[in-house]
Order: sequence, then C-alpha cells, then structure tokens
Amino acid sequence: MSEQEQEIFDRKIEEEIRIEPKDWMPDDYRKMLIRQMSQHAHSEIVGMLPEGNWITRAPSLRRKATLIAKVQDEAGHGLYLYSATETLGITRDETIEQLHTGKAKYSSIFNYPTLTWADIGAIGWLVDGAAIMNQVPLCRASYGPYARAMIRICKEESFHQRQGFEILLTLSRGGDAQKEMCQDAINRWWWPSLMMFGPNDDASPNSLRSMQWKIKRFTNDELRQKFVDVCVDQVKTLNMQLPDQKIKWNENTGHYDFGEINWEEFYEVLKGNGPCNHERLEARKKAHADGLWVREAAAAYAAKKNYSTHPNTYGSQPA
Amino acid sequence: MEANPHSENWPLWEVFIRARQGLDHKHAGSLYAADAQMAVENARDVYTRRSEGISIWVVESKHIHASNPSESDSLYDPANDKVYRHPSFYNLPDELKNI
Repeated sequence: MSEQEQEIFDRKIEEEIRIEPKDWMPDDYRKMLIRQMSQHAHSEIVGMLPEGNWITRAPSLRRKATLIAKVQDEAGHGLYLYSATETLGITRDETIEQLHTGKAKYSSIFNYPTLTWADIGAIGWLVDGAAIMNQVPLCRASYGPYARAMIRICKEESFHQRQGFEILLTLSRGGDAQKEMCQDAINRWWWPSLMMFGPNDDASPNSLRSMQWKIKRFTNDELRQKFVDVCVDQVKTLNMQLPDQKIKWNENTGHYDFGEINWEEFYEVLKGNGPCNHERLEARKKAHADGLWVREAAAAYAAKKNYSTHPNTYGSQPA
Repeated sequence: MEANPHSENWPLWEVFIRARQGLDHKHAGSLYAADAQMAVENARDVYTRRSEGISIWVVESKHIHASNPSESDSLYDPANDKVYRHPSFYNLPDELKNI
C-alpha cells in the first residue's frame, strides 16, 4: 500500500501537482516542512522585535504609521505560516513551545540589534530584500498550504523593502551625520543579510533533498548570488558602499564575485551566542506569559456567552 | 510552559472572504479565536488590511467535513466517461448560429 502511495506522491511532485494536507506524504517530507515552515513562522514573529524597538522613536508620523503597518504585517505573516504548519499535524502550542525551549530556530538575522533609525531602513532594504529573494520561489513550493501562505506574504512584502530603501535614500541625501548613519547601518547589516541564505551549498545537506521534493527551487548559493547582483546595483542609487572590497564584476560568470562570509559568526549566532539571542527569546516568552490572562479571560467570556440563551448571538445567517 | 495554552481553549476557525460584491466567499485561511465575534474581528485585521474584502464568514474548523483524497478515484472518475455532459460533444453544422 505504502509503496503505491509513495509512487503517487512521487508522480505528483514530478508533475508539479501540489501536495495537500490530507494526501499521503513521506514522513521525512512532513518533518522537513514542519521544521522549515515553523522556523519561518518564528522568524516573522521574532522579526517584529528589532523593528518594534523603533516604533516610538520613528522620526515622523508618516514613518511611524508605516513602521506600525509593517510590524503588523509580520504578525500576520507569522499567523499564515503557523496555520499552514498546523495542517501537517503539529499543534500551535507545540510549535510555540519549540520556539520557547530553543528546539526550533528562527532566522539568526534577528539576533542583531537595531542601534539607529537607519537600521530600520537597512532591514527593509537588505533583510526583507533577502527574504523576498528566498520567498518568491517558495510560492511554487510543492506543499499547497505553504505555497498559498507564501503568495500572500510576498504580495505584502514588497512594500516592506521599498519603504526601507526610501528611508536609506532620504538619509543618503541628508547631512554628513545622516549619510554616515546610513553607511554604518549598511555596513552592519550587509554580511548578516548574506548569511540569511544559509550555509554554502556543499555544507547544506538538506538542500538537495528539499530541491528534489520541490520545496526549494534554488540552492542557497544561487539565491545569495542573485541577491548580491541586485544589491550591487541598488547601492549605487544610495551613493553608498557595500562593505566588501572583493565585490567585482566577473565577465566569465556574468555575476559579481564577493568576499568570504564569516561562517564562524553565523554558527555562533545560530548556537545562541549572537548579540541579542537571549533578549529576543526572553521577550517572546514574556509576551506569551503576559498574554495569558487575556487568553483566559476571552475563553471564559466565550464559555459564559455560550452558556447563556443564544448560542449564535453574533452575526446573522451567511448570505 | 503555562498550563493553559490558548489553542486548548480557543477553537480554530476557517475564514472566508468576499472580495467584492457579486463574488463568492473564498477560503482565506484560519485562526484561533475565543468566539465568533473575535474570529471576525481578527480575520478583519489579518486578512483584509489592504481592502481584500467586504464581507467575512468564519466557521469553526471542526464543522468542516472533507472528502477523503484516497476516495477521489471512485468519487470523480465516473465523470470522465460522461463527455456528453459538455456542449462540445454535439456535432452541429457550422452555419447554425446562436446556439
């Protein structure tokens, strides 16, 4: 039976037919998706923290409204992805607990601090830019609920990147101090953004499997290269520099060469030794614990209302 | 973890959105909420931040019953050999108009 099911699954993958929650799928496919999707969901939620840090200090009402909208989007993205992950048979509570106990990871980029306002611009341009590079191909991921969540996310994400670039552009046309702030933010966020694509292909054993299953469509290095190529051009509009002396056009490959990533730093941050790992996780746990009374009160209120005369007090018949 | 995690108390809801007057409600996603009112309000915040809808339905996920994919052959295959249900099955002369 299972052999036949495996065949059906393989054929669907081959023919680009999406896998849906109730379809049979190999255990490892399910596990890989749970790991990747929950990690992705956690990244959206933890990603709210470094940016939330600047909401009260945004330099204008326009910037503040934008930043609030962006952070709210990230919460929504987290929800889409948590919901999609749950279709694989893991509960919301289990995924949240895995985040809180450190069993599940989130993108290590969010373990870096946002020291100046320019960081909000750099996050939008570079961090969201790298995320978009990763996420657009995921709109074609073989697992239906993941692909659908990604389509929704990608639609919303492009404003994030544009608003970030606009922040940097404004600073880059400002006074010396603002220009300096702009360059400093780019310097600090560039390398961690490149790390977002994950280890080099030869050090990323899961990648091949993921590509065979058509979850991923491009390798880490392919996506990273695309990102570098795009950014090298975009930074010119800012009249700023990317902090890498080795960036150079390569006639043979048709791409920009770039310097070696500090993988030691990447693995240290991944292990929990980045500048903000502890702070981020504590903030998440505290938010969850502080929200407990709200969740309980809402549940108690719902139970009380259910108990009283009208079970369907809200709304009218669907039309 | 605390002893009272939310999804044990808050049911899961499926959200359906009507994008414009004249269109069907379409499945948009799901969320946890304590009751229907909260489900509608949260659905508004999560799924219609950019004018994606003008009407929201929410239904508790447990009320949705789905067909089983393993039965799809027996459910849907019989339709394949009933081509006479399609207008193109019928051969009519070209000069015939308005039909």
